[in-house]
Amino acid sequence: MPISASNATSAPAHEPGQPVVRIRGLKKSFGQIVVLDGINLDVHRGEVVTIIGPSGGGKTTLLRCINVLEIYDEGSIQIDGVEVGFTDSSGARRKRTESDLAHHRAETGMVFQLFYLFPHLTAAENVMLGLRKVRGFGKAEARAIAERWLDRVGLAAKADSLPSQLSGGQQQRVGIARAVAMEPKVLLLDEITSALDPELVGEVLSVVRKLAEEGMTMMVVTHEMAFAREVSSRVVFIDAGRIVAEGRPEDVFQKQSNERLRSFLARVS
Amino acid sequence: MADIFSSMQFLWRGLFVTVEVSLLVICLSLVAGLLLGVVVTYGPLPARLAIRLFSDVIRGIPILVLIFFVYYGLPLTGLNLNNFVSAVMALALFSTAQIIEIARGALQSIHHGQTEAAKAIGLTFAQRLLYVIFPQALRRFLPPWINSVTDVVKGSALVSLVGVVDLMLAIQQVIGRTYVPLPLYLLGALIYFSINYTLSSLSRILEARYAYIRE
Repeated sequence: MPISASNATSAPAHEPGQPVVRIRGLKKSFGQIVVLDGINLDVHRGEVVTIIGPSGGGKTTLLRCINVLEIYDEGSIQIDGVEVGFTDSSGARRKRTESDLAHHRAETGMVFQLFYLFPHLTAAENVMLGLRKVRGFGKAEARAIAERWLDRVGLAAKADSLPSQLSGGQQQRVGIARAVAMEPKVLLLDEITSALDPELVGEVLSVVRKLAEEGMTMMVVTHEMAFAREVSSRVVFIDAGRIVAEGRPEDVFQKQSNERLRSFLARVS
Repeated sequence: MADIFSSMQFLWRGLFVTVEVSLLVICLSLVAGLLLGVVVTYGPLPARLAIRLFSDVIRGIPILVLIFFVYYGLPLTGLNLNNFVSAVMALALFSTAQIIEIARGALQSIHHGQTEAAKAIGLTFAQRLLYVIFPQALRRFLPPWINSVTDVVKGSALVSLVGVVDLMLAIQQVIGRTYVPLPLYLLGALIYFSINYTLSSLSRILEARYAYIRE
């Protein structure tokens, strides 16, 4: 597959300057089960980092740690240089307060596999809620921003529809609009097409493709290998809580340097 | 004729007391029940356990026993409440325990993903409850809550047993003077029924009003 235009403009793997997301020695366990076992990863502005790997390997948990839906046990996650889950005062690590966490989460957009739109609110209201209550926009301003984003995901006509009146693909596009309208520093996409009928996957991916081309910094967990190959600046293969292989998509997919990566790719493609 | 008129006035005052008791109990238990229901759903473990214990104990005791306990039992601890306050308090305790469970059920029925999506856009705990969870939990809360309101109205008849002259006791006293039990009991039943039927009709209207929300 040819390298798409978006790759040409994306950042190289070792761009100088401070990364948007900086992860060091990240560990997370659920009881006895070690889910993340020492992850190191930098994501620079404008990069699209795709995370692939077998189920249960820790991909989703990694995203959930970044916007602190899970609190990590050890290591560090920084967004623009600020530690996300903890404060450090004289060596003692303390979990951040609820309002600190809320403030931080607004900077990291998240789109969920199962959409999780607010069913009692229309598409526009879904997008407006964070704009009004977190960003402090007035109703009219928030509405204008919401309409602009809904238009960009191709749903201008559905602004006043309830989620239950939308198809899965449409709901997920509202989910994307809700996240990006907050202008997050990084957008986290968690298997956002896995719950969709095959014929609806394309409309959602094309929205993501457009965001990538516009320079949105993204971390994408996906099982769509062709898509990963096309939009990624970098592909990260995670297995058993560790980064096993990492590199430019053509390298990761073609060289398949690692045995576990090779067997994974053989299974999914 | 004058007799019937004074009886009617007496019944009317009884009905007023019944409504007064019911409204007090409904308001007190709604506030306390919602508050404790939120804590029992989202609060720290010790608070959750304490509230569970409270609600399990209260719900396991007949309302009448509760009323007698507050009116005749508490004075032994030095807390003397008059019959009206005792009765209202006992009924409110009982109803609070019901509402805790109704609120907990309604809140827990909202998919966890709703909380996560609300967190993800940066809403604080209070904002998540206010704008995301409560509006969705409301339609699951209303029907069983109105059911419990009708229980309160019916249960309020028990306050007559500690001498509060509500509709029930007023009826019994009029019967004691006139010796015509059947029509008066029928009248009483009709009044209780009208109140509760109105409430359950309201519940159905509200249910229909919120039916458009689907996940």
